[in-house]
Amino acid sequence: MVQKISHGDTENAEILNKNLRVSVTPWLTRILFWILPLSFLVVLFFFPLSKILALTFNLQTLTLGNLQSAFHVLLFTFYQAVLSTVLTLLLGLPSAYLFARFDFRGKSLLRALTAVPFMLPTVVVAAGFNALLGPRGLIHALFPLSSFNFIGTLTAILIAHVFYNTTIIIRVVGNALSSLDPKFESAARSLGADSIRVWWNVVLPLLRPSLLASSMLVFLFDFTSFGVILLLGGSKFSTLEVEIYLRVLKLPNLSLAALLSVIQLLCTLVFSIFYTRLVSRSTTQLAPRSTLVKPKGLKQKLFVAVLAFLLSSFFLAPLSALPFRSLFRLEADRGQRGEVQYGFTTDYYSELFINRRGSVFYVPPIQATLNSLGYAGATVILSLILGFPAAFALAKPTHLEKVLDPLIMLPLGSSAVMLGLGFIITYGKWLTLPFLVPFAHTLVALPFVIRTLQPAIASIPERLRQAASSLGASPLEVWKNIDLPILRRATLAAATFAFTISLGEFGATLLISRPEYPTIPIAIERFLSQPGGLNYGQAMAMATLLMLLTLISILLIEKFRLPNSGEF
Amino acid sequence: MKRILLLSILLLAACSPQATATPQATELPSVEPQTITVMTHDSFAVSEDAVKAFEDANNARVVFLQSGDAGAVLNKAILTKDAPLADVLFGVDNTFLSRALEADIFEVYASPALQDIPANFKLDDSNRAVPVDYGDVCINYDKAYFADKNLPVPQSLEDLTKPEYKGLLVVENPATSSTGLAFLLATVAHYGDSFTDYWQALKDNGVVVVDGWETAYFTNFSASSGRGPQPMVVSYASSPSAEVTPSGESLTASILGADTCFRQIEFVGILKGTQNRTLAEKFIDFMLGKQFQEGMPLLMYVYPVNPQAVLPEAFIQYAQAPEQPASLSPDIIAEKRDAWIQAWTDVVLK
Repeated sequence: MVQKISHGDTENAEILNKNLRVSVTPWLTRILFWILPLSFLVVLFFFPLSKILALTFNLQTLTLGNLQSAFHVLLFTFYQAVLSTVLTLLLGLPSAYLFARFDFRGKSLLRALTAVPFMLPTVVVAAGFNALLGPRGLIHALFPLSSFNFIGTLTAILIAHVFYNTTIIIRVVGNALSSLDPKFESAARSLGADSIRVWWNVVLPLLRPSLLASSMLVFLFDFTSFGVILLLGGSKFSTLEVEIYLRVLKLPNLSLAALLSVIQLLCTLVFSIFYTRLVSRSTTQLAPRSTLVKPKGLKQKLFVAVLAFLLSSFFLAPLSALPFRSLFRLEADRGQRGEVQYGFTTDYYSELFINRRGSVFYVPPIQATLNSLGYAGATVILSLILGFPAAFALAKPTHLEKVLDPLIMLPLGSSAVMLGLGFIITYGKWLTLPFLVPFAHTLVALPFVIRTLQPAIASIPERLRQAASSLGASPLEVWKNIDLPILRRATLAAATFAFTISLGEFGATLLISRPEYPTIPIAIERFLSQPGGLNYGQAMAMATLLMLLTLISILLIEKFRLPNSGEF
Repeated sequence: MKRILLLSILLLAACSPQATATPQATELPSVEPQTITVMTHDSFAVSEDAVKAFEDANNARVVFLQSGDAGAVLNKAILTKDAPLADVLFGVDNTFLSRALEADIFEVYASPALQDIPANFKLDDSNRAVPVDYGDVCINYDKAYFADKNLPVPQSLEDLTKPEYKGLLVVENPATSSTGLAFLLATVAHYGDSFTDYWQALKDNGVVVVDGWETAYFTNFSASSGRGPQPMVVSYASSPSAEVTPSGESLTASILGADTCFRQIEFVGILKGTQNRTLAEKFIDFMLGKQFQEGMPLLMYVYPVNPQAVLPEAFIQYAQAPEQPASLSPDIIAEKRDAWIQAWTDVVLK
């Protein structure tokens, strides 16, 4: 009797406790989850952006003519972004499958290689494409009769976008794919479905969240594309972001720039809301298990060989022009011009270390590398600290998250130039503090980190967690043994994104830069802004160093194992 | 959470690179050095020795802020007029001068050093913007190309529309490039309102348009390391001094015919609201002084406005100055710039 009563009491207490947890704890946790990421976004994004828009937006620019021309630009922006995203998926999906399912020689190197373009300045990538496909490029030299024009075409824009963004699909979708239980596929296959139907009916639906997340990121990157359009598309093409840049810096009309920025932001918001709707209807719970196999049979071997060859040539061909140009001078003395003379030289590298003209703005390569690495490291830490809680909250959305979810993507859809102006009028003199640079980089990296972590967190099987806690595991133990192994891959992918975004970011356009803290991209830009073969060679040498640095860093990040995770 | 925050702040502090040793005066000065902040564009350069000399002489510390190209810097200065980010702004050129003066961002300072400067550089009678350097935007050509083809080098704007030069010239889009804008202004100065007809003829003759100087010079121009397809590029009269081969000859030269070049003059001014007026004045005098002026050619590929400054050998030998560069008054440029660019776009890009 006594026992029974006391038992009932505990039961009641437990029920009460549970009710309390349901009603109080979620709110508290939600607030805790959001307080850091939201205040970060408010302080560094919403506040400065609304301030500059309030200052420059003018209802008088809302004329029919302005809206019409804005609409035309919007149409092209949307058109090229859709095309680019589709093409990126076409290359990205098989590649994601390749990396997620097969083990083959040189795999980690190849995967790291696909991430390199992500952080290369557009000027350098354009130089690479030119060396390959330009009017005097390699292809032209091999097939002298071909008279195709690459630079200045829509094709150039699309290929460059695929070149830059395939890594997003590979990492985000590949992540989900490697946590996807192959039992589903074999079951479908044993029921008589052929591979195409297995993909269409089984695998793709299961991959939906990560597929949508990565496509959305790629689409937004293409939608706000700027450097690629200017440098490879030439003057004939214009996106909203290019128009905003022109209206801010070249043909100053700030109220028109504000109007275009608002249009671009609204579009991003609409896309994000649409995305949130789509993704909320699908959560796949995954079972972590090893899915890596060596290719077996002719079909698989052929698939791996052909795709690996395709990928390595697609990424290596334009990139290899940089180390080549950094080691061979193409200058010829007068009169030798018929044949281009190649001369091997290491001058471009040794010159990097000499401040020949005694300039205050000389960039020592080691200093620039250390600065770049320091900023990138800080960006990784900062964006993970801010991204994790937000991704956790978004993975199990309440009404609050349904509202907040689309807002997360807005930094990707806002014009960098306008935001830069917003920073300047809002934070003025503080902008010269060098540790603000990682904060600016985090602003760009955060949507990536969140969108990489969120599908992974959502895929953690709830029943496993419940089973573990009912067996008496503490929340920490549950987290360590259930969540962490699944999160490991996603965390590494997120860290890689944050790292490469930071390495490649100029920051100079967004903020005011102090020449004492140059990064590698700033150094490249410095060399390229002056005439002469030596400057060009040094720019290529710097770019080669940046490439190597990225390759090594990505390989190291991917080798890095979180404790207690082991291979599944 | 707090601990994580603290940790992250510590890590951030550890990760953010340490300041490279700023040159301090060797003997301990009795007064703390005053800091002067100079806002400028990304192409600005100065030698360590010159900065050190200024710092030592004035017990000062110079901080440079670079924020994009000349247009970006001016925009930022105008936007922050009420709470200026710096004491001195360098890098407003004659195509932007009227905007800076209209926005009234500069204080008046009639530097005593101005008396040495030739009158044709002093475009601002109110002495708010002080000229520092100049350079000429000219067409560079690939000497070997013309020698090999036995083709005479074009001498005038008219020559460029002749069929023998079809497809041989690359220019920058004036809407995105200040170099391109300067060349457009040269044609406006020469042809007046009918400059669009000239551009139509250039377009018919296969002129190639790219976004900016870097692409034009390093990708399209045949004499640079890019080994591009066009043997003529809109660049600077000083660029040939950077293309000298070991045998001592430049691969390029400039076309210096009447009105084929456009003169850019760069100005410096004291920003309104400075707390360091005295030091700012000293800095402007310093920029007009011999040491700074003589360092500019090799650091920035521009000419000093101070006639007493001695030019370096490479400049005298390879960088030629046009005798009759085109010019337009800053007021007309400010008034018509947008309309000209629009007209150009309609003719050339549409």
